[in-house]
Amino acid sequence: MNAKGKVHKYLDNVDTDVIIPARYLNSSEPSELAAHCMEDIDADFVNNVKPGDIMVARNNFGCGSSREHAPIAIKASGIGCVIAATFARIFYRNAINIGLPIMECPEAAENINAGDEVEVDFDTGVIRDITTGREFKAEPFPEFIKDIINKNGLLNSLK
Amino acid sequence: MGMTMTQKILASHAGLDSVKAGQLIRAKLDMVLGNDVTTPVAIKEFKAAGFDKVFDKDKVSIVLDHFTPNKDIKSAEHCKMCREFAGEKDVTNFYDVGKMGVEHALLPEKGLVAPGEVIIGADSHTCTYGAVGAFSTGVGSTDMAAGMATGEAWFKVPSAIKFNLTGKPAKWISGKDVILHIIGMIGVDGALYKSMEFGGDGLKYLSIDDRLTMANMAIEAGGKNGIFEVDDVTRAYLDERVDREYTVYTADEDAEYDAVYDIDLSALKPTVAFPHLPENTKTIDEVGEVKLDQCVIGSCTNGRLEDLEKAAEIFKGRHVAKNIRAIIIPATQKIYRDAMKEGLFDIFMDAGCIISTPTCGPCLGGHMGILAKGERAISTSNRNFVGRMGHPESEVYLASPVVAAASAIKGYICGPDEI
Repeated sequence: MNAKGKVHKYLDNVDTDVIIPARYLNSSEPSELAAHCMEDIDADFVNNVKPGDIMVARNNFGCGSSREHAPIAIKASGIGCVIAATFARIFYRNAINIGLPIMECPEAAENINAGDEVEVDFDTGVIRDITTGREFKAEPFPEFIKDIINKNGLLNSLK
Repeated sequence: MGMTMTQKILASHAGLDSVKAGQLIRAKLDMVLGNDVTTPVAIKEFKAAGFDKVFDKDKVSIVLDHFTPNKDIKSAEHCKMCREFAGEKDVTNFYDVGKMGVEHALLPEKGLVAPGEVIIGADSHTCTYGAVGAFSTGVGSTDMAAGMATGEAWFKVPSAIKFNLTGKPAKWISGKDVILHIIGMIGVDGALYKSMEFGGDGLKYLSIDDRLTMANMAIEAGGKNGIFEVDDVTRAYLDERVDREYTVYTADEDAEYDAVYDIDLSALKPTVAFPHLPENTKTIDEVGEVKLDQCVIGSCTNGRLEDLEKAAEIFKGRHVAKNIRAIIIPATQKIYRDAMKEGLFDIFMDAGCIISTPTCGPCLGGHMGILAKGERAISTSNRNFVGRMGHPESEVYLASPVVAAASAIKGYICGPDEI
């Protein structure tokens, strides 16, 4: 499995309030949430994002609230993978649990630029920046988590 | 190698003699919590996966606190979904309008959390219950759904940072100042994936309300949980609320910590977090002139009786500055009634404040005090992210109840000594 697309780049401490502001949490419909994804820090995101695009950020991505609406909004907006130097722990769990691919890779987070074309291979953990020709390697998930992802989310893995 | 408090609790709930940092475990849950924002998503997941009953009707809590009393039709639909689910599954601890409070004030008050227990909640501030020596942590709606169905959750065993508290805090210093000081020191990802364990001789000067405030904000340093040693203060609090037996865990002498910090409580000053991160802290003598439009005293961080009593001490016989909206939000029905009986409402109303029904409300920009473009609020809540309380160009400053009250009186941020 892989993802390939254009990079939307953000900095440190992207919190779940800017990923999906609480004023929209009166809905739990993925498409309604996606319509407001990132709007408080990047009003153009929803217009620019295309299916398969990659989101790249630096440290502590997804900090703050436990709202699963945040990874749901990102996934429903079409993003195929989020790469960050580090993730806040609740966001990390939630992304795995709902099947939004994420990769922790400080080198990729530092060196990939906004607008680059990037390809991610989830099986090998290899992240290739097609625009610059650079390649990065993320830690693969432990088996326990791979199992959840392969079964398409936590609840399916419990059946 | 020894274990931390958190590791011991997790080992006991995983049926293991010992665990170490980084180990993946499945642990049994003593309580699974959700609110009116996160539970509807969990209910959809629960039903889609084909589960028909909860693992234990006494070990699920659903609290309708974020957008209640319902602010609009969509939030009313969400609450209706929660109400019907709680009815169908016969959930014992379902708290609707009339019984509800802000969840993390309500659960300890009702005796639903106790030392040594493992609690997950689909709300990031679930880490609050570490104040009474429990392991509790925030999760998402899918984890809540899985927890309700199976009574278990997966965890990666955390390493820990130890905070050794010493000294006696000065009169106006509260748990809020201590935790803001710590977050300012280690940063919003300073405890990422880790436990924050609090102990030391200074602990005896911190009330349970102080400790609930501190454990509540462990997540603002990225922490998995915050946990306090259990002492006489904890036991006195629990004696009035918890009937069941519980186990008190203490860290081993040779427990390993990623870092140990000594915090001298006597050296702390009132502390304020500037926009737009809780780590942007300044002590009160460094804040400069920051004019305000609104003051909010409430939330799962600082909406408890002691918080209101301290704010009332400042407001008594004084009045809020011109053009300041001061909103007081007692966190639960009990706190509301106790504050009213103590005469605090008269003090607040004489000072020009309003008193709201319990709700998370403005803390997350839900309702009951949303900010316009360019407006500034001082708030006793826990987050000051971009757009947290309203317009993306509004600002939130985080502080203790006494600093918030003093600032409301002056119209700009100041400490209680200035009024």
